[in-house]
Amino acid sequence: MSSKETILQSIRRYKKESSATLPQGSSFTPLVYENLFEQFSTALASVGGKAVMLEDKSHLDEAIRAIAQEAQHIVCNVEGCTLSSDDGSKYATPHNLAHIDLAIVRGEFAVAENGAVWLDAATTRHRALYFLAQHIVIVVDKTQLVSTMHEAYKRIGFDKAGYGVFVSGPSKTADIEQSLVIGAHGPKSGYVFLI
Amino acid sequence: MKIGLFIPCYMNELYPGASMATLELLEKQGLEVEYPLEQTCCGQPMANTGCTKDMETLARRFVTLFKKYDYVVGPSGSCVSMVRNNYAQFLAGDPDFEALKVKTFEICEFLHDIIKPETFNVSFPYKVGLHNSCHSHRDAGLGAPSERNIPYFNKLEALLAKVDDIELVKLERVDECCGFGGTFAITESAISAFMGTDRINDHLKAGAEIITGADLSCLMHMDGLIRRQGKPLRIIHIVQILNGGDPHGTPRTRR
Amino acid sequence: MGHPELAAKFTQDVERTHWHDKALWFVREKRDRASKSVPEWEALRRMAQQIKTHTMANLDTYLETFEKNAKAKGIQVHWAKDAEEHNRITLQILNLHNAKKIVKSKSMLTEECHLNPYLEKHGIEVVDTDLGERIIQFRKEPPSHIVLPAIHLKKEDVSKTFHEHIGTEEGNNDPTYLTRAARAHLREKFLGADVGITGVNYAIADTGGVVVCTNEGNADLGATIPKVHIASMGIEKIIPRLEDLAVFTRLLARSATGQPITSYTSHFHGPVEGGEMHVIIVDNGRSPILGSEHYSQALNCIRCGACMNTCPVYRRSGGFSYEATIPGPIGSTLEPCKNLAKHKTLPYACSLCASCSNVCPIRIDLHHQLYFHRQDVVKAGLLDKKKERALGFAGWLFQHPKVLDFCGKMARKVVPFLPRWMMYTSMNAWGEHREMMDFPEKSFKELYVERQKRKQS
Repeated sequence: MSSKETILQSIRRYKKESSATLPQGSSFTPLVYENLFEQFSTALASVGGKAVMLEDKSHLDEAIRAIAQEAQHIVCNVEGCTLSSDDGSKYATPHNLAHIDLAIVRGEFAVAENGAVWLDAATTRHRALYFLAQHIVIVVDKTQLVSTMHEAYKRIGFDKAGYGVFVSGPSKTADIEQSLVIGAHGPKSGYVFLI
Repeated sequence: MKIGLFIPCYMNELYPGASMATLELLEKQGLEVEYPLEQTCCGQPMANTGCTKDMETLARRFVTLFKKYDYVVGPSGSCVSMVRNNYAQFLAGDPDFEALKVKTFEICEFLHDIIKPETFNVSFPYKVGLHNSCHSHRDAGLGAPSERNIPYFNKLEALLAKVDDIELVKLERVDECCGFGGTFAITESAISAFMGTDRINDHLKAGAEIITGADLSCLMHMDGLIRRQGKPLRIIHIVQILNGGDPHGTPRTRR
Repeated sequence: MGHPELAAKFTQDVERTHWHDKALWFVREKRDRASKSVPEWEALRRMAQQIKTHTMANLDTYLETFEKNAKAKGIQVHWAKDAEEHNRITLQILNLHNAKKIVKSKSMLTEECHLNPYLEKHGIEVVDTDLGERIIQFRKEPPSHIVLPAIHLKKEDVSKTFHEHIGTEEGNNDPTYLTRAARAHLREKFLGADVGITGVNYAIADTGGVVVCTNEGNADLGATIPKVHIASMGIEKIIPRLEDLAVFTRLLARSATGQPITSYTSHFHGPVEGGEMHVIIVDNGRSPILGSEHYSQALNCIRCGACMNTCPVYRRSGGFSYEATIPGPIGSTLEPCKNLAKHKTLPYACSLCASCSNVCPIRIDLHHQLYFHRQDVVKAGLLDKKKERALGFAGWLFQHPKVLDFCGKMARKVVPFLPRWMMYTSMNAWGEHREMMDFPEKSFKELYVERQKRKQS
């Protein structure tokens, strides 16, 4: 008997019946924020990132340059950003992205309660770009803000193979005597521009 | 209405003052109280060690002795919790137990929820630290545990608010365990002592002269540490404050 | 040795015990602030419990659905009855790819299976890439906490370890400096790895994908740079639907460290370009717990560590005092389920304060489980005979009130007059750290009887 069968049989033998059903929706009304950007901005700042609202999206290049003056090798796959013609798709393997200083990537929507942005990698050839670049800037449409993860998960689906990630702020660790250090192995900063 | 007075075994032997205060306090509310002489122990030491045989015998004995009363009231949240929650393992469905379960109260919750006195006509002019004993606090529901996101309430504080001249100090950790834990105090004595010492130091730092609470077992453990370490603190069961008593334990002046 | 002896040793360093206790209490406080900022917190906990309970009652179906959907996405699914099979399957996959260099992110399951020593025995380099785990890997120690593996170490300890192994400046204890050094060192490892191994926080039956929650970015680097990604999961990690993740992602990080969400919540639903993705589903003693009368809820654990942070005993005794892969309250119930004799002191390493049950995001009745495990210990004949006899005698005494009264009376007559050297011997366990109580002249019962007599006359 295969291990799969052994395991499934064991589960069938031991599992207990339960009247618990899967909740349809929730018994409560999830938190809804009046000022989504304000909450998003506060939450993102609390985890070491920074949210910037741009009234005029034509200022995007300028605004990004202002916070990343030293970035030389830039990958950009965001419409409206001309800081680089390299969108990361020309590299054969993710290893070639190791020299990237700054990745400017598109986020689909942002979650106010925790400063997270959903990146679905649909237009990104190598997922590793989000983590190998020394710095990352995520650009999101300012109308695409939701309050909580309940709303967020309504917008996501995985009918086909793929990848997606909620990114909230820069990488970080507190593993050395509980001292928070921003910039662990992933990107060292976490700017989100809303345009 | 007749109240069955439930005095924990160790309080009967070692703390007759607090036991008597419980009786007097109930009688002051105009209640008829009787102490069934055959009672001994609710079985908590056995229960905490996992000795079910002895526990079951004592559980049945308890129900037999106390079932005739309209209410059963005792000055210990942990012992009351034993009866209400832990006896179910053996006696769930037993009509005498099911009836007894809902009329068994810890004294503070009984006063707070049922009797609701306006005042106690007592003064206790001391700086007091309130120890929220784990079983009373979390199992018997005498206060909102700090871990939960629920509206704040604390029945012990509400009762003490009716005592004149008392000042409750502000602790750093309002409901951390003191480390008594029953047999834990002996089987893990190093940790037990460390936890108790941390509690005492929290009270000292907050300016307490006296530590009170609804479980003398916790207070007894802390008092033992206080005396060994010569700290300027005393203990008193809350029932003795409400009944107009004096604190005991380490005297104010060092020995 | 058991927990009491190891804990006593730990507390001998009073200052370090205070430091360890405060560090974890600080995390508990952060958790409190986070949980209180979500008005529907208690409702979320109930939902999480409901979802998990339902899932466990239908675990076989959900696992099969998961496998079907995972395969449809090009993910290869393997099943391992036990630790040994998990390790063998992992090695097989590595050998197929001639993989000699592995990067691994935090996975308590791989810790449980002792994967590292097994692979190393077969000539494979395994680098634990979570910063805390890399530190203890260098030191050849196991993790002392499931979320904060190096919580028992001070920055001086880390500095010394890094100086020895990656050549950082001797005596430079600055956490930022040390983290940057680790970043550079591990970046090389990520770029040079053949295969990346991760754990799984949640496996979604409906979509066939797995979710990994991290702060450092190491799991994602390990899973997206090498062509092959192996994700190891226990059977209990299954969640039915994608939408259920809303509940768990709102609870996990807030419970674990007090942050609203981890930096990265990655949803792996297929391999990278030209690559392979494998999921190994592991039982290793979990399925029998499903049927346990008292302990089945322990399988609902999402490994947040909140119970450890709040446990007054864990904070003052440290993870190593438990001698188990998973320490603290959840470990003290899961581990005895698997091996009661080995872990017989763990259910007693607890004052039954119930703080753990109150912080658990899935509402596992942890303190009740530890209480019931004590009954298992006694039934299995594993309780210290002295204790059993003492309690047996007490039980008898409590059924014979007249004898009890007599004993109490004698104690009150004798004890107050015992000289200190007689009172405080090694036989008096209470007296090791505490003074004895004041023994009164009379018991309450005696006073009551006198009082009743007075009333009647």
